[in-house]
Amino acid sequence: MKEQESLAGTFHPIADHLFHGLMLLCGVSVLAIVALIIFELITKSTLSWHAFGWSFFARSEWDPVNDQYGAMPFIYGTIVSSLLALLLAVPLAIGVAVFITEMCPEWLRVPLAFTTELLAAIPSVIYGLWAIFVLVPLLRTEVEPILGRLFGWTGLFEGTPYGIGMLAAGIILAIMIVPIISSITREVMTAVPRQQREAVLALGATRWEMIRVGVLRNARAGIMGGIILGLGRALGETMAVTMVIGNRPEIARSLFAPGYTMASVIANEFSEATGDLYLSSLVEVGLALFLVTIIVNIIAQFLVWTVTRGTPARSNA
Amino acid sequence: MPNATSTLAQDWTAAPISLSRRLKDLLATTLAVVALIMVLAPLVAVFGYLVYKGIGSINLDFLTQTPKPVGEPGGGMANAIAGSCLILLIGSMFGVPLGVGAGIYLAEYGRGGRFGDAIRFTSDVLNGVPSIIVGIVAYGLVVLKQGHFSALAGGVALAIMMVPTITRATEEMLLLVPISVREAAYGLGVSRWRTTLSITLRTATSGVITGVMLAFARVAGETAPLLFTAFGNQYWNWKINEPTAALPLQIFTYAISPFDEWHRQAWAGALILIVLIVISVTAVRIAASRGMLKGAS
Repeated sequence: MKEQESLAGTFHPIADHLFHGLMLLCGVSVLAIVALIIFELITKSTLSWHAFGWSFFARSEWDPVNDQYGAMPFIYGTIVSSLLALLLAVPLAIGVAVFITEMCPEWLRVPLAFTTELLAAIPSVIYGLWAIFVLVPLLRTEVEPILGRLFGWTGLFEGTPYGIGMLAAGIILAIMIVPIISSITREVMTAVPRQQREAVLALGATRWEMIRVGVLRNARAGIMGGIILGLGRALGETMAVTMVIGNRPEIARSLFAPGYTMASVIANEFSEATGDLYLSSLVEVGLALFLVTIIVNIIAQFLVWTVTRGTPARSNA
Repeated sequence: MPNATSTLAQDWTAAPISLSRRLKDLLATTLAVVALIMVLAPLVAVFGYLVYKGIGSINLDFLTQTPKPVGEPGGGMANAIAGSCLILLIGSMFGVPLGVGAGIYLAEYGRGGRFGDAIRFTSDVLNGVPSIIVGIVAYGLVVLKQGHFSALAGGVALAIMMVPTITRATEEMLLLVPISVREAAYGLGVSRWRTTLSITLRTATSGVITGVMLAFARVAGETAPLLFTAFGNQYWNWKINEPTAALPLQIFTYAISPFDEWHRQAWAGALILIVLIVISVTAVRIAASRGMLKGAS
């Protein structure tokens, strides 16, 4: 590179420096955008921070009329809906990834991979539309009454089956994050060296034993990364959840009950927020959401990176 | 590769292996197939319903008229389709040059350096920022400064979302261009900036376009960042300083409304939106798999 610089530099030093500067500016603007996001979120939420401090995250009232704000119901709704989504999506995503990379005939591989990724191309608002008119009625009339009868005693599935509520949000989120988790799982499974598979097969393993011992165990860290990346996506997902979760700032044990998430309260109330403290509280909810998703994403990137860039994770750890 | 391993596996299952192990193998395979079916089912259901509900509602009125007041039948989403185009155009005007520029910087100047790594990392962070947060920031940056909602604000929000995807795609594509191609240009006395633009970027053009199209398809359906930036509008608008309707916004408004007529139009709008997105994604996929978009040859 050094040689190239000096060679090229001898001809049009000014134009070259100008171009370098311009490209540098573009690169720096990426840093600037993120800095700007952080700056905007922090400055616009100071009012609420001064008013409530840390207790903002522990309070559960959300009362614009009396200017009392607490983020607890939204934090609860975000966490519960995302975890529910992970619970449903992870086994499915890993199953699909295992099938596509290890089991299916080669000619089916690319079409299947493409089809599952098509799920990721569907916009959130269309998932929401579909959920309102197809998923929610299905849950209300078929699924939730059965769940209530069978598992009502756990307290998780009791109360009136509205269809709309935490369960619907969790299911639609699960559908939305399956493609991410499964495409990353596929990526890290493909990164496991072929010799690992052959070695396990040579020991007399069945195909499943080969997948479990030879592939999944080696790709563990990366799969975990994919799962966490899916979690990050679920935490920040807005439209589909807003359309089916019921948008009520309450903390209920039952998954049939309506809830509210951090992203959806911003989506619903931001443009109608009157009063500085109201707006500021919404931005603080946004700041919290931003920080959590960033941390979750960084952890995920790191885990994926350890598998795809470096040597496979140690199998005895 | 999977074919080879799977035939190997089959050979081995033929050897004396205990029944329980064979059953477990069978069970695992069955579960994987069940998982696949359960994942494909919603996909089929979503597309099926979109076509089933949407196709009957798409007509000339839908494509040429603005929304009618509640209760009046008819009307369409023409202004929302146009508004989406306007917002996406503004978004691309900011997002594409910025993203490609940052990608060029990373590939040509920032290789291996700490600073390049920082940009690369930040770009990945930006990619994970929830879209609703981007909306808040665009609101603060544009709407508050202007004093009203506007297509410009929506465009800025979408541009911010496009940048990281385009940056990383451009970088990856430029890195595929062999050093020797650059060296050949330098050898002919071509200056560095000229080489980057006319040789390196040109060789990778189709790959960069793929990245741009993917970013475009991703933001085309975005609703959350437009809620309090572009805001929506019931009428035609071509001014970048006015609130503007957008297809995803209109779908959202209609979907959560209590009117059957609007529900019908929401399905139609969704069908149009998904067709546009799927066409662009599929076109890119086919082109990429045929090698038409491969950078260096």
